[in-house]
Amino acid sequence: MQSTEALVSVGLNHYLVLSALLFTIGSLGVLLRKNMIVILMSIELMLNAVNISFVAFATYLDNLDGKIMVLFVMTIAAAEAAVGLALAVNIFKNFREVNIRFFEHLRG
Amino acid sequence: MSHSVLLSILLLAPFFGFLFNGLRFKSKNVQVAGVVGTAMVGISFICSVLLFSQLASLPEAERSLRAEYWNWLNVAGLQIPLAFVVDQLSAVMILVITGIGTLIHLFSIGYMSHDERPSKYFSYLNFFVFNMLLLVLGDNLVLMFFGWEGVGLASYLLIGFWFTDKEKAAAGMKAFVTNRIGDAGFLIGLFLLFGEFGSIVFETLNAQAPTVQDMSWNSNLTLACIALFIGACGKSAQIPLYVWLPDAMAGPTPVSALIHAATMVTAGVYMICRLSNIFIAAPNALFIVAIIGALTLLMAASIGLTQWDIKKVLAYSTVSQLGYMFLAVGVGAFNAAMFHLVTHAFFKALMFLGSGSVIHAMHEEQDIRKMGGLKKHMPVTHWTFVAGWLAIIGTPLFSGFMSKDEILWMSWHSPLGSWYLWLMGVAGAGMTAFYMTRLMALTFWGESRVPSDVHPHESPTSMTLPLIVLGVLSVFGGFLGIPHVLGKILPGHPPNFFEHWLDPRLANIPGLAQANITMEWIGIAISVTTAAVGAILAYRFYIIRKDLPEKVTSKIKGLYELVYNKYWVDEFYFGRIINPIVEMSKGLWMYIDVNFIDKITYWTSDMVKGAGSSVRSMQSGNIQQYALLILLGVVVVIFAVVMG
Repeated sequence: MQSTEALVSVGLNHYLVLSALLFTIGSLGVLLRKNMIVILMSIELMLNAVNISFVAFATYLDNLDGKIMVLFVMTIAAAEAAVGLALAVNIFKNFREVNIRFFEHLRG
Repeated sequence: MSHSVLLSILLLAPFFGFLFNGLRFKSKNVQVAGVVGTAMVGISFICSVLLFSQLASLPEAERSLRAEYWNWLNVAGLQIPLAFVVDQLSAVMILVITGIGTLIHLFSIGYMSHDERPSKYFSYLNFFVFNMLLLVLGDNLVLMFFGWEGVGLASYLLIGFWFTDKEKAAAGMKAFVTNRIGDAGFLIGLFLLFGEFGSIVFETLNAQAPTVQDMSWNSNLTLACIALFIGACGKSAQIPLYVWLPDAMAGPTPVSALIHAATMVTAGVYMICRLSNIFIAAPNALFIVAIIGALTLLMAASIGLTQWDIKKVLAYSTVSQLGYMFLAVGVGAFNAAMFHLVTHAFFKALMFLGSGSVIHAMHEEQDIRKMGGLKKHMPVTHWTFVAGWLAIIGTPLFSGFMSKDEILWMSWHSPLGSWYLWLMGVAGAGMTAFYMTRLMALTFWGESRVPSDVHPHESPTSMTLPLIVLGVLSVFGGFLGIPHVLGKILPGHPPNFFEHWLDPRLANIPGLAQANITMEWIGIAISVTTAAVGAILAYRFYIIRKDLPEKVTSKIKGLYELVYNKYWVDEFYFGRIINPIVEMSKGLWMYIDVNFIDKITYWTSDMVKGAGSSVRSMQSGNIQQYALLILLGVVVVIFAVVMG
């Protein structure tokens, strides 16, 4: 009984904690990993962490705005992934690897 | 065609020629370069004639065609329109510039036929014509100054045209630097006039000129006139800035004819005539002009007596004739000055081109001691040269006589003139006759002293044709402005067209008395006799008794050496002025510049570099580092917002 109650009463805080965890994992991935594909995946993770908090707040406040915003974020994430992958493909073509350190050649 | 269209064609045709030949400067095709260059100036000449006829058809009081294209500058009371004016004065000038310019361009095709860089030559020559037209047509002092500088540049480029010869390159530099000194004077005069009258447009200036003569020495007006005259001294080679002109003969001979005899060097005379109302109000400044002119004409003529280089003789003769023009301007006879400017342009251009023809035939030999007897080899050059010779020494009824006697008479008769100015002019006339006859005798007459390996020959038609045209002008050009006293006895009593034409544009001499006809005739008789004595003496010296020059010069050896070495003026300038300045500048460089100014700049640059180096490492190019910094920044901001 106790356990099911705990399961049923998943509240706003649970979602926000999950969102924060996902965002931290994502940002650590962006900062620490060298493989560009993985970095792109980490960025997606961060975006989705934000989406979770949007949806959670929208349900909590009974307001549609957050849910609509999520749709926008997903659209932009798709576009961003396309650009990021194009960059990754180009890096791969030039250096036969997708390591982020090759971007250092762009230093002005 | 309307006058503004004609004016723009007049100005832009030589500019187009400059661009055309300038852009294909590597071409060695003298025909294309020469024909285009000549045609462009020819087009300008046609425009000048059309403008002149338009002007002449207007009633006398309205003879001024103005075309304003746009407003060049408009700053706090200073208005500089880009406007050009064709009036009686500038019409005469554009006819001379483009007319003689066309002939000289034509002559150049033959003269420069063996040159390496004909396109460059013709492009510079067209550039000169363009700037000279700007100078004479500009309706304000700033536009005139623009052209003034432009012709200086063209002169520099053409004097040093054969710049691989170090001496010729140095001559170009000397001309440029000497002119810069004069230009500083011109600018100061311009500023003073603007300060005094608040305008730089000629028409306004002449209209606002005080009608009462300003007798003080230190008023703005007198100082402005003196400063402008210093500018004229530079451009028109008067004492003390005349030294560049004889050296300018290093350029190709047609250049000497066009720039350093017929047109550019007369710019100073033209400028003073343009501002005649201003100058006539400052008699003290005019007195300086007259004295400098008279001294220059005597000094240059005396140096001309001793020179052996055909072009040097002509160069000193030019300086001397310019002295006559300034003498005329200085006594208020602007008319006579302009008239002498025109006739001098005819006969001096003719003689320079003639000397070019001789030099061409003698394979670049310029020493008259190695010539002689050229009469039979080069008949056309000889006979046209004779026309120029008769004109310059003042043979009655030839062009030089008409204009020079007008000047001499005015220097006596005008209230601004005096007997010693007249005397100096007459003495100059005697010397002119001597050195020109000497030049004729040594070059064309007597027996040949030509080295046996040189075979002089007459020049091609493109060179003799301009000579013939100029020869005719030298003989008959004087009839444009017959002095009144002569007009009375000539059949039909021809009036003085030239004076009549220019009169409305030029200031009148205040207090000019009625001419005394007897005095005028006596003056003419004296000057003609002096010239005749000079000419006969020279003929005797160099044709009949060839031992005489040797004897006379050995008797007055000290004087001869002094004159032969041009009064040591160049040496004086180098020793007392140029070298001290160079030494002082070296001192400033070694001590002030190196120890003080350089150190400040080094110190400043080191500071900037040091400040940069501490933060330079941030720009590593490592994206993840940037991202980390951004993240940290966001965290700090959020932290501050939440906590604050």
